[in-house]
Amino acid sequence: MSSVLVAAPVRSRLTRLRRLGGLLVVAAAVVLVVFVLMALFARWLAPYDPNAVDLSNTLAPPSSAHWLGTDEVGRDTLSRLIYGAQTSLIGPLAVVLIATILGTLTGLYAAWRGGVVDTLISRALDIVFAFPALLLAILVVAIYGKGLTAPVIAMALAYTPYTARLVRSLVLQEKTRPYVAAYRVQGFSGFFIAYRRVLANVSPTVLAQSTVSFGYALLDLAALSFLGFGVQPPTADWGSMVNNGEGAVLQGQPLSAIAPAIAIVVVVVAFNLVGESIGDRIAGRDR
Amino acid sequence: MGRRVVATGRVSATGHRAAINPAFLARKLGGLVVTLFVTSFLVFSSLYLAPGDPVSFITKGRSPSPADVAAIRHQLGLDEPFLVRYWDWLTAMLRGDFGRSFQLHQDVVGVIGARLPVTLELVVMSALIIGIVGLGGGVLAALRRGRPSEGAILVGVTVGAALPSFVAAIVLLSVFSVRLGWFPTFGSGTGFFGTIYHLTLPAVALSITFIALVTRVTRSAMVDELRREHVEVALSRGIPRRTVIRRHVFRNALGPIMTISGLVAAGLLVSTSIVDTFFGLNGIGSLLVQSVNQHDFPVVQAITMLIVAVFVVVNTAVDIAYPLIDPRISAAESAR
Repeated sequence: MSSVLVAAPVRSRLTRLRRLGGLLVVAAAVVLVVFVLMALFARWLAPYDPNAVDLSNTLAPPSSAHWLGTDEVGRDTLSRLIYGAQTSLIGPLAVVLIATILGTLTGLYAAWRGGVVDTLISRALDIVFAFPALLLAILVVAIYGKGLTAPVIAMALAYTPYTARLVRSLVLQEKTRPYVAAYRVQGFSGFFIAYRRVLANVSPTVLAQSTVSFGYALLDLAALSFLGFGVQPPTADWGSMVNNGEGAVLQGQPLSAIAPAIAIVVVVVAFNLVGESIGDRIAGRDR
Repeated sequence: MGRRVVATGRVSATGHRAAINPAFLARKLGGLVVTLFVTSFLVFSSLYLAPGDPVSFITKGRSPSPADVAAIRHQLGLDEPFLVRYWDWLTAMLRGDFGRSFQLHQDVVGVIGARLPVTLELVVMSALIIGIVGLGGGVLAALRRGRPSEGAILVGVTVGAALPSFVAAIVLLSVFSVRLGWFPTFGSGTGFFGTIYHLTLPAVALSITFIALVTRVTRSAMVDELRREHVEVALSRGIPRRTVIRRHVFRNALGPIMTISGLVAAGLLVSTSIVDTFFGLNGIGSLLVQSVNQHDFPVVQAITMLIVAVFVVVNTAVDIAYPLIDPRISAAESAR
């Protein structure tokens, strides 16, 4: 009885912290929904044409006409920010989708087959792992020229080992579970067990990993656009907006660069919080 | 890297000097050579597959006669079969010859060598910042579990991990150079203090993401170790907490922390492309960006190989050094 009384304040503090963390995750999810809606309805939400140049009104400070001011050629920063959500979110989405599918299939195949196949796949993954994603993306730009398609595929390859290693280790654990043996005894094919049952059991963890990867892919692609290798002007993109805004920063009007920079950080933080929360939930369920 | 520490009861915890097992060393070095070999093949063949003829990049703007084109092709060895060209390229590289830059008409080694000092200064400065702040923050967070200071560090880690170096650079530039005028906006400076002064903002911008990474890994490694029974046993034997933290907890936590150093080293080198461009530094990073823009393939190949080699060599060095820090690893290795 007394131990319960002593523990009570500690526990209430912990629940308060947990509630605060829960609120934060909800807020992060709301932020993500807002940005996705922004990208989907950019045409109706943006007050101006994102590429409309107005040389009589360059580097304007925030006003009622231009909430976030204008950039060095007089384009409305808010409109470019809203349109930029499209390219800035579609690229990472493609990277994560390709990497998740490729990584899951190779990881599952390696773990399920085991032996030489597993060793060969693992060694190949180690070699891909030695290429930082941004370096691989820059390398394909050198080969195929600027743009988004080739770097997205290259980055997906660079992200594949992370998912593949995760899936491999998860499937190795799952293989020893009694339910797999039970399915085998009942005469189900290895293909059915691996792709319908084991995959279903590991997929929540893969989802958590993919959500966190989305944030990192967004950072890498934004860096690529910042270097001028990714999304090409005049298309609005957060990374290239930061690059364009460097002159504005030196002239003391940093908003056209700072606004997209803040958007990048906020979206990536939101993805990390949501991804980690999914991961925590899975860990809690397993215990 | 998926390494499982198996604590065997046979190893005494104190006074055990681990020697490096020769078979283990040979396996690690063999892995290093194989990885570099495959990497070199990938890098070479990827640029071989590139659309467009290298000759057209060299003769840009001129219209050479077919005989000239044939002469250039022969001079570059482009008329040889693929595998012969790869072998020539590989053996030349092993002799330290990375070919000639298309744009600068100099040996690639010389071009990179000229840019290396700035990059080394920048990376060493960043590594120091990352080491001090990242390890310090991680240890502090682990020792202050559940207190406000841990919360503050975790918030910093979450934001820092999402802060790309170009965003950090623009914020630092706009606050410390433009608003406050404390730091220069451009160039790498001269002399020891001039260099440090000029490279402070770039180094901080480069470090932030990696500080977050190191802090998070350090914190979780320390927390894992603090939970272990041997810590409680050491404390109950009356060993001062400070000594236990330093000699038992931190030393054991150092292993997992070290495994990310290859990732950090390669990541720093790649990220210099952003920081160099932003702060107008003449390092490897800006050389890479210029070479990509000008289709200068030999330089791109060399820098790619350099960065991958740094990753693989650092990782192998950590793998080899691991048993020296943690004798349980070599015990587990030789028990196999």
